Amino acid sequence: MTALLAPLAALGRIVFDALAAAGRIAFFATEAVSHIFRPPWYPREFLAALMQIGWFSLPVVGMTALFTGAALALQIYAGGARFSAESVVPSIVAIGMVRELGPVLGGLMVAARVASSIAAEIGTMKVTEQIDALVTLSTHPMKYLTAPRILAATLAVPVLVAVGDSIGIFGGYLVGTGRLGFNPATYLKNTRDFLELWDVGSGLVKGAAFGFIVALMGCYYGMTSGRGAQGVGAATKAAVVAASVLILAANYLLTEVFFSA
Amino acid sequence: MIEITGLRKSFGAKRVLDGVTLSVPRGESMVIIGGSGTGKSVLLKCILGLVQPDGGTILIDGAAAETGGREAFLARFGMLFQGGALFDSLSVWQNVAFRLLRGSARKSRAEARGIAIEKLRRVGLAPEVADLYPAELSGGMQKRVGLARAIAAEPEIIFFDEPTTGLDPIMAGVINDLIREIVTEMGATAMTITHDMSSVRAIADRVAMLHGGVIRWTGPIDTLDTTDDPFVRQFISGSAEGPIEALR
Repeated sequence: MTALLAPLAALGRIVFDALAAAGRIAFFATEAVSHIFRPPWYPREFLAALMQIGWFSLPVVGMTALFTGAALALQIYAGGARFSAESVVPSIVAIGMVRELGPVLGGLMVAARVASSIAAEIGTMKVTEQIDALVTLSTHPMKYLTAPRILAATLAVPVLVAVGDSIGIFGGYLVGTGRLGFNPATYLKNTRDFLELWDVGSGLVKGAAFGFIVALMGCYYGMTSGRGAQGVGAATKAAVVAASVLILAANYLLTEVFFSA
Repeated sequence: MIEITGLRKSFGAKRVLDGVTLSVPRGESMVIIGGSGTGKSVLLKCILGLVQPDGGTILIDGAAAETGGREAFLARFGMLFQGGALFDSLSVWQNVAFRLLRGSARKSRAEARGIAIEKLRRVGLAPEVADLYPAELSGGMQKRVGLARAIAAEPEIIFFDEPTTGLDPIMAGVINDLIREIVTEMGATAMTITHDMSSVRAIADRVAMLHGGVIRWTGPIDTLDTTDDPFVRQFISGSAEGPIEALR
């Protein structure tokens, strides 16, 4: 009987641990957000985070979008050819990029680049007593480290998504006009005509949500990092995994909310 | 004056502080000795509120810690951390002037930089060091910068956590002398935790030994060598034989 119950007990422990972690993250998120609205504010930290998260992520997000848009054009052309619908390439590339691939791939690339670096930086600060030093210098770590990063990521990722969308559509345009024989003017007209404002808007809202998730996970796992190099390594890995999974889950939920009939 | 009564702190099943009672008069330099893992750092962190104690009281000048708000409470303290705990992303002068650049007593950048350079000079560092980053400094220089940061806002109470750990004996002597000079000239109340006996002799007015979660012995520095407490005698002689269990 005990042997029979052991796997159930293990499963129960996993569920309880997961629920406890979700609760801790929810409390952390609430506290972090509350510090965004309460002084003192640290504008230098915010601007530094904006540069780090937004500006320096541009190359990787841009490259990802460019190749994704290009591959998407090829795929849609090949798929559309099966029922003589090759002409949908420009509109499907545009809609696919701005609604889904731009925000999701941009979010995942930022998760890989930013959640890891935030978790590693804050985790290292924790194990080298720099967080304690902040406190003794009358500075609240949540205000100084977490709030600026979360605000910066929430504002910067939608901008990255917008840039990524444009580059992705341009990637599709390059392949469409260069390889697939589309007329450049027709390609652009089809892109413009079939794209609605909410297609773009919904992607940007997703981008803001993903930016929030990325910075939150980086800060949470950094602040709760274990001791030593192994602790920081584990925190970094957990931040990237959690941010990536949560981005994909949030993407599904937001798509349901925005587009379910 | 710092008065600690019956301070208790456990981590899981491990009882680290088991009723610590200690009094540090204003302007005195108290050094707390004890083996590794006996809770010396935890004691300092409990006073600063970095670790929440399970029980006991901590009074600063007769008032409970944090009476008058957390920022005002912490503004009375300076702390030199064991590893320096300098902020990697900030230059040396920005580290030293960290408190001066933020909070209610904020100063202009030019004024804060001037004070930082003055404090760096006080700990024996040239003004050229001000624009370097912590990663560009040696261990001894990092300790000096940490010391400059601890004294930058002229606190009433300064904590030193293992100030000579990781330094060669000559640099350790220099840091000890600096600490003694600065504490004396500032008239600050100092609490130092260390297991380096040269630090104890250079810095202390009084010594307390923490062992088994309680203050095992306390007395003026000049009675340290004459006490017949077997724990203190074993500790200062560095002997493996005695009441303090030594793993070999």
